[in-house]
Amino acid sequence: MLSIKNLHVSIEGKDILKGINLDVKPGEVHAIMGPNGAGKSTLASVLAGRDLYNVTEGEVLFQGKDLLDMEPEDRAKEGIFLGFQYPIEIPGVSTVNFMKTAVNEHRKYKGLDPLSASDFLKLMREKKSLVEIDSKLTNRSVNEGFSGGEKKKNEIFQMAMLEPKLAVLDETDSGLDIDALRVVANGVNKLKTRDNATIVITHYQRLLDYIVPDVVHVLYDGRIVKTAGKELALELEEKGYDWIKEENGK
Amino acid sequence: MADINTINKDFADLFNQGNELLLEGSSDVMNETRKNAFQDFSKLGIPTRANENYKYTNLIPAFDHPYNVNLRYQNVDVDLNEIFQCDVPELDTNMVLLTNGWYYGNNKELTELPKGVIVCGVQEAAEKYPEIFNAHYGKYAKTDEDGVVALNTALAKDGFFIYVPKGVVIEKPIQVVNLLRSDRDLMATQRNLIVVEENAQAKIIVCDHTLTHHKYLTNSVTEVNVARNAIFDLYTLQNQHLNSVILNSTFIRQESNSNVLSNTISLYGGTIRNNHHVILDEEHCENNTFGMYLMDRDQHVDNFTSIDHAKPNCLSNEHFKGVMDDQASGAFAGRIFVRRDAQQTQAYQSNNNLLLSNDAVINTKPQLVIDADDVKCSHGATVGQMDEDALFYLRARGIDEKEARQMLMFAFAHEIIEKIRVEPLKERIDELVDKRLRGEISKCNTCAIACNH
Ligand SMILES: Nc1ncnc2c1ncn2[C@@H]1O[C@H](COP(=O)(O)OP(=O)(O)OP(=O)(O)O)[C@@H](O)[C@H]1O
Ligand SMILES: [Mg+2]
Repeated sequence: MLSIKNLHVSIEGKDILKGINLDVKPGEVHAIMGPNGAGKSTLASVLAGRDLYNVTEGEVLFQGKDLLDMEPEDRAKEGIFLGFQYPIEIPGVSTVNFMKTAVNEHRKYKGLDPLSASDFLKLMREKKSLVEIDSKLTNRSVNEGFSGGEKKKNEIFQMAMLEPKLAVLDETDSGLDIDALRVVANGVNKLKTRDNATIVITHYQRLLDYIVPDVVHVLYDGRIVKTAGKELALELEEKGYDWIKEENGK
Repeated sequence: MADINTINKDFADLFNQGNELLLEGSSDVMNETRKNAFQDFSKLGIPTRANENYKYTNLIPAFDHPYNVNLRYQNVDVDLNEIFQCDVPELDTNMVLLTNGWYYGNNKELTELPKGVIVCGVQEAAEKYPEIFNAHYGKYAKTDEDGVVALNTALAKDGFFIYVPKGVVIEKPIQVVNLLRSDRDLMATQRNLIVVEENAQAKIIVCDHTLTHHKYLTNSVTEVNVARNAIFDLYTLQNQHLNSVILNSTFIRQESNSNVLSNTISLYGGTIRNNHHVILDEEHCENNTFGMYLMDRDQHVDNFTSIDHAKPNCLSNEHFKGVMDDQASGAFAGRIFVRRDAQQTQAYQSNNNLLLSNDAVINTKPQLVIDADDVKCSHGATVGQMDEDALFYLRARGIDEKEARQMLMFAFAHEIIEKIRVEPLKERIDELVDKRLRGEISKCNTCAIACNH
């Protein structure tokens, strides 16, 4: 589904990703862990199409198509979803209008008619209950005045609305209390099918208790330096990153 | 190009040679005011950029043009009520028409107005209701500070007059549509007076509609007195064409416990200058002064505002926002005066601008003159580009770039539209601004409230 080959990315002349290789197949859950500043969010943003970053080398194929060649909106409509580490507040843009526009753009892309107002509201209701998000929030402007945890929930709500094929969740667990963590994880699990895949970027093993990964990668200094099963997360939780750093000569 | 002295001299000649026509049909009070105003104009002249208050707006090209001037009411050869119909079904208003600044002689009678409310032309009001008229006319517009206002007062013949008696609440907004229709380039002088008595409530919508493509210069002055406990809204929609000059000066005086909201929305016009002056002349007034401008191409807009806290315990809220594209240029000046005994004043001001191109410019200048010590004041001005992070966030959800930009611009402008207290008007303006930002309103003959003609 996703195939990243030798991806090099720089920003303002500084190399951040230094040759990433990653393959994700339908139905899989991959976890990416790694110390602060390793390049995890950069990787996620590049997949979603943020143009701040320069891809200097390498290729990314998504369902056989050259992802790097696509506009962010087309990537989204092809089925990529980025759960932002820091969701943006957009005062004046109502959540309802935002989601309606987004959902209908996705439908148009698939050759479907826009949803009627009532069907749309029905869909909203259904997905809201899935992530236990309050109408008080969805009636507001996008993320405006939301708490950190509410913003993260809202990301999963949007994911539920858009039903992506590949979701890249960048620290969706940080800032969540225990209950919210469970809700969010449940939401992700319920949305899981045999055909879609998830990449979760996280610092904490506790999320992986709920969303059980098939593979865990360690991203360090712009490279994936270790890949193993879910037990790797436990090991990292216990030992920290020093041993990884040492192994990689720092 | 003519220099400023020639322009001023031309107006002096017009005043002197046209004196008979100017005096004709106007009341003694109007003519007395006229005489003094002309003296002021002779001293001040048309303001040039050397004048600090007109630093960002060059009026010489605006005035340097052979305009036609009507010193007498011109009969209209068609029924304007027929040509012009406002067809926004939900927007149910009491509508009157002006033609080139003059109260239209054939206006339909407004049958739904509460008893005692007067809506008529200024000339007529001066003659029929001298007690009301003389108590207010020329009392608020300062002719000794601004040559444009002096010129208006010197040439003033007509405009609209609205009187709302004590305790009367007008539910339906009064809509005044100024139709610009001429077979020659025209300078129109319009002079309006609005008197809202104690405990009264009224909402007024003023808009322009250009029916022909000629170059227009409109110099209008509106004086408003809002008495104790009255609530008054003034919505001004400016939507002319690229070849027009709009000089619009408003002077509002508020008495105790009155509440005024004004919202000036500039959608289209070659050169627009709004002078907006408010004096909070008694205690416990609330004033809300809002404005929005959406400029592109070579358009120019200059909002020059002053809020004068003359008495204690008043609150003022001022917020102007603008979206500037292409080579458009603009300025915002926000003056707040808090006089020495105006303790417990709260005065807030902000001006936010969104620049969509590298060539667009905006000059924004708050100016607070505070002579009292117990006050809460704040001001803030921002000039920025579109928020790239927000744009990416929307696009990352599948919304294409153009639509995402549109959503963000609209959200930016909506903050000002939201303040409109007439629901259907708010919806209408929302639609209009949406269209305007999509570049769909670019032809000149569109009315701000979408009309059939
Ligand atoms: N817009 C930017 N401008 C300059 N440097 C940037 C920018 N974005 C990221 N970087 C740098 O790139 C490196 C990787 O950042 P990134 O956000 O990808 O790390 P991360 O692995 O997600 O870290 P964290 O765990 O703290 O979220 C950091 O050194 C960061 O400072
Ligand atoms: Mg990160």
